[in-house]
Amino acid sequence: MLKVQSISKTFHPGTVNANTALDGVSLHLKEGDFVTVIGGNGAGKSTLLNAIAGTFPVDEGGIVLDGTDITRLPEYKRADFLGRVFQDPMMGTAPTMQIDENLALAARRGQKRGLKWGMKKEEQQRYRELLATLDLGLEDRMGIKVGLLSGGQRQSLTLLMATLKKPKLLLLDEHTAALDPRTAPKVLEITEQLVSSQRLTTLMITHNMRDALHLGNRLLMMDGGRIVLDIEGEEKKNLTVSDLLDRFSAASGKEEVSDSLLLSK
Amino acid sequence: MDFVLTFLGTLPGAITQGLIWGLMAMGVYVTFRVLSVSDLTVDGTLATGGAVCVILIRAGAPVGAAILIAFLTGLLCGLSTAFLHTKWGIPVILAGILTQIALYSVNLRVMASKANASISVDKYSLLISQRYVRETSLRNPLYFLVIFTVLVIGLLYWYFGTESGSALRATGANPRMARAQGINTDFQITLGLMIANGMVALAGALLAQYQGFADVNMGRGAIVIGLAAVIIGEVLTQKFFINFALKLLAVSIGSIVYFLVLQLVLQLGLNTNDLKLISALIVAVFLAVPHFSKRMKMNQNKGGEKNA
Repeated sequence: MLKVQSISKTFHPGTVNANTALDGVSLHLKEGDFVTVIGGNGAGKSTLLNAIAGTFPVDEGGIVLDGTDITRLPEYKRADFLGRVFQDPMMGTAPTMQIDENLALAARRGQKRGLKWGMKKEEQQRYRELLATLDLGLEDRMGIKVGLLSGGQRQSLTLLMATLKKPKLLLLDEHTAALDPRTAPKVLEITEQLVSSQRLTTLMITHNMRDALHLGNRLLMMDGGRIVLDIEGEEKKNLTVSDLLDRFSAASGKEEVSDSLLLSK
Repeated sequence: MDFVLTFLGTLPGAITQGLIWGLMAMGVYVTFRVLSVSDLTVDGTLATGGAVCVILIRAGAPVGAAILIAFLTGLLCGLSTAFLHTKWGIPVILAGILTQIALYSVNLRVMASKANASISVDKYSLLISQRYVRETSLRNPLYFLVIFTVLVIGLLYWYFGTESGSALRATGANPRMARAQGINTDFQITLGLMIANGMVALAGALLAQYQGFADVNMGRGAIVIGLAAVIIGEVLTQKFFINFALKLLAVSIGSIVYFLVLQLVLQLGLNTNDLKLISALIVAVFLAVPHFSKRMKMNQNKGGEKNA
């Protein structure tokens, strides 16, 4: 489904601030893979996701999604195939537009936006049903501006928007990190439900080791712009947090896991 | 009593001017509020619209065609700023200033190197003219302007409700989200700047007919008048104008109020040379309102904590 072929990215090249965020990363995802990605700050997790999404061009390497080479496509064109949820709950929605208007925008991802009316009557019924599945009471407030929603409500809505048109790949960039401890599990639950019901190929960054172990069928650990661990299937199922820490030390050559790896247990 | 009568006597003129500038201010609303960018092209575009319209009418073009071509020229002015911004990476404010300055020369060329070009309602059949502003006959520009304003509001309301218009609104509300939803934000910014400047040029074409001439300086400070109209309209109506069409109507109302207030201060004996200063002050104060109300709220919260 996704083939990332030895991509590299250096920010501020040729300056004292030069920072190699991705160092020849290769990654193959099969259809229906749900991959969790962990690693410390500056490990390159978000850079990898943004490289796939096309936020910036990569210096080297290529990205092929479902047979289409998307390496040179601009961000908005890649969006035809991608669903995205950002860490910042403000990032994924248009705050000055209504809940149903946001959904209507998402429903037209990958389509030509012409002079037809922006939202059809029958769409509203569908949105009402979908919002009801979130169990947040949003189905009765479709006409309010998204700016009035809480962070958790916005992330849930963004998830719905990202999957409204089935994406070939769902990119989740620490989408629960900015939420309070009570809301985060709820949003994760919605994530799991959406991913499994549509069998979405998913790449999810998380800071939470237990979430990384508990969710998905494959786990990647990144360090210094490289993938240092790649565990899947049965092996992943039996993995514990302490196994993971040991394997990280062995793979990265670092004696101990620094605080910056921050993996909250 | 004399004062009141004099003021009432100037009312039709002020309202008419307010309606014309209201069309221009709706263009400013499209960039400033919908697209969340400040476009300074408009000072040049207004004069371009006026100059193109007057020169074409004097060359024998039908007035409708002249206005239409003025509008199309305005689209090009917006395209120029959008090109500098999206293709050459120049910040939009600077891109607008560059186009505006360039347009000054262009406008002089259009008017054959003269600073102004007059057009008499006696010689040409114009859509609107200042001369009939006190008449009750259909020649009074008020009738045309009210109907035209309603039409423009209707058209904008329709457009911003379509898929394309929704994409433009999303671009202004959150460009990252828009791109993640597959919207080409550069294209939408270009479209928004073109629509806005088209409307400004249209207003320039109407203003030139109304006052009987186009002037290379007629757009100087236009952005300030446009912003004043937008902000005054919002402050006066924000409690009960929620619908988008009503918000556009508020811009027109804001523009009329601006010219009424202007008329009032002029009548109070103020020097006309100070007009721009006063306009700038009014806009600055209204623009500062959200900032200060936020600070006041923060101070109130601090006080609350102390008491607790």
